[in-house]
Amino acid sequence: MAFLSKKKKQTVVEAPVKLSWKEVKKQKALLIWSAVIVIYGVIFYYLPLGGWVMAFQDYKPKDGLFHSAFIGLEKFQQLFSDATFLRVIRNTLAMGVINLAVTFVAAIAFAILLNEVRTKGGKKVVQTISYLPHFLSWIIVTGILHDMLSGTGIVNEILVNLNIIDQPINFFAHKQYFWPIVAFANVWKETGWNAIIYLAAITSIDPSLYEAASIDGAGRWAKIKNVTLPGIRPTIMILLLMNVGNVLNAGFEIQYLLGNGLVQSVSQTIDIYVLNWGISQGDFSLGTAAGIFKSVVSIILIVIANQIAKHNGDERLF
Amino acid sequence: MKRKKKIRTSPADKVFTVCNTIFMILFVVITLYPILNTLAISFNDGTDALRGGIYLWPRKWTLKNYLTVLQKDNLITGAYITVARTLLGTFTALLANAVLAYIVSRKRFLFRRQLSLFWVITMYVNGGMIPTFLLYRGLGLTNSFWVYVVPGMISAFNMLVIRTYMNGLPDSLEESAQLDGAGYFTIFTKIISPLCKPVYATVALFVAVGQWNSWFDAMLYNRMASHLTTLQYELMKLLSSVTNQGSSAEAMKNAAGSVTPETVRAAATVLTMLPIICIYPFLQRYFVTGLTLGGVKE
Repeated sequence: MAFLSKKKKQTVVEAPVKLSWKEVKKQKALLIWSAVIVIYGVIFYYLPLGGWVMAFQDYKPKDGLFHSAFIGLEKFQQLFSDATFLRVIRNTLAMGVINLAVTFVAAIAFAILLNEVRTKGGKKVVQTISYLPHFLSWIIVTGILHDMLSGTGIVNEILVNLNIIDQPINFFAHKQYFWPIVAFANVWKETGWNAIIYLAAITSIDPSLYEAASIDGAGRWAKIKNVTLPGIRPTIMILLLMNVGNVLNAGFEIQYLLGNGLVQSVSQTIDIYVLNWGISQGDFSLGTAAGIFKSVVSIILIVIANQIAKHNGDERLF
Repeated sequence: MKRKKKIRTSPADKVFTVCNTIFMILFVVITLYPILNTLAISFNDGTDALRGGIYLWPRKWTLKNYLTVLQKDNLITGAYITVARTLLGTFTALLANAVLAYIVSRKRFLFRRQLSLFWVITMYVNGGMIPTFLLYRGLGLTNSFWVYVVPGMISAFNMLVIRTYMNGLPDSLEESAQLDGAGYFTIFTKIISPLCKPVYATVALFVAVGQWNSWFDAMLYNRMASHLTTLQYELMKLLSSVTNQGSSAEAMKNAAGSVTPETVRAAATVLTMLPIICIYPFLQRYFVTGLTLGGVKE
């Protein structure tokens, strides 16, 4: 977030320093440090990319990367003829989109409403509390969810007492509840945290706009609709853009921790599939192929979102 | 936001205020209730808790759950490892990201754009789980403590957060120090870093929370090395034992001793949450400014 605007600035400012022996000598310290850092980056971030070769091989651990037989796109064919994989893509996309939509709306709504709280102390307390779940691990959050949604948990108790249901529901045993539970957990965990950036954007809206709206007789709803929302529109767009590329990344921990045999067909995501096939079953080639598919789709999504933003004249990533 | 209430409040606005207040209260209740409920269960007798109906206050007080947790060797090992990785991991990550951010925020640095790009690319493209796994195994990082510290040391996102902050510092600082004969190392340690305390605190918090909460690396790389387990991974095993057994025979057997997996897990959860809950409110100022810096100002 923070760096996006910076990029623009740089291009305007300075003339580049010319590469010369004198300059190199002067910057010796910086150059040595960056060399060390680049070596580190090549090893830990770029070397694994070489492992993509595995997807086109019949990788055998004993033969290694250099002596395994090449088999072309066979693993990809195997992948796309696997009904499980197609279902896994559906699950990942569906949960990714649902989560993105609900967490987005929740964060924006929460930021706007919190901004309307007039008592300063109250606002501060609510905000501090709202960050708390962000700092808890998914292990803890899923544990808490199990407690809340269990047969004797608070949710069932409320539903029974309100006569909405007669018998407690075992929420984790029915497929239709899984996606909503995941979406709710994401909203619970991240709303306060995601709202930080919108609150900051709201604070930077020119107060005179609100005064002008008041003089024109606008109520609080009208001000939210006509001043606040348009004011944070650029922030909304850029965050949306950044998150679209992550749609396929949004599914591992919670699905892995909450999933069970009964809801497997709706809970498994691409990452879980990779883990199952790659690490547990030892089919490294198939797992890598699935991983590549995910990366490629993510990049395509980012580029498309960026193009759309460019077309509409909104902020964009690159 | 300071706005004067010079214009009379209409009835519609009053309704809005009431609704908004109710909404905020509801929000706080939904956020806090699950956590307070876990706290109550952790202090409650195990067998008694099976009946349900515990809300915000324990029905039958006991400290046995906590005593049980503190006697579990794997949880104690996990706690040591987690503390060690959090301290060491945070320190090394902060140092590495700060140095990198310092380099790419030097206006005169010859390869500043190339080096930035080199790291920004890593945000979008990565090898994926399996090549990474094989690499770590090849480097001898599996069944090793260092897998917690070394691979994640530099993150492009954290680097960019620090860089943005450093770019905001006046250039004259560096120039005058250079005139006084200070080298890049001295400028970094003596001039830039002291000014960067807020952003360092932010990034340290991000990294520390990530380290404290991570479990997947323990499961994937150190599954066979039980002396390298982490707190969250042990908590996960506790959770799956609870959900798989429910109130089955095993649970009942434990229940005889008046602790159940549920209550023990609640106690372990509380102990794991505690450090974070105690620390984060004090760092709030830092991470809020750290996160929003620059990005939305323009």
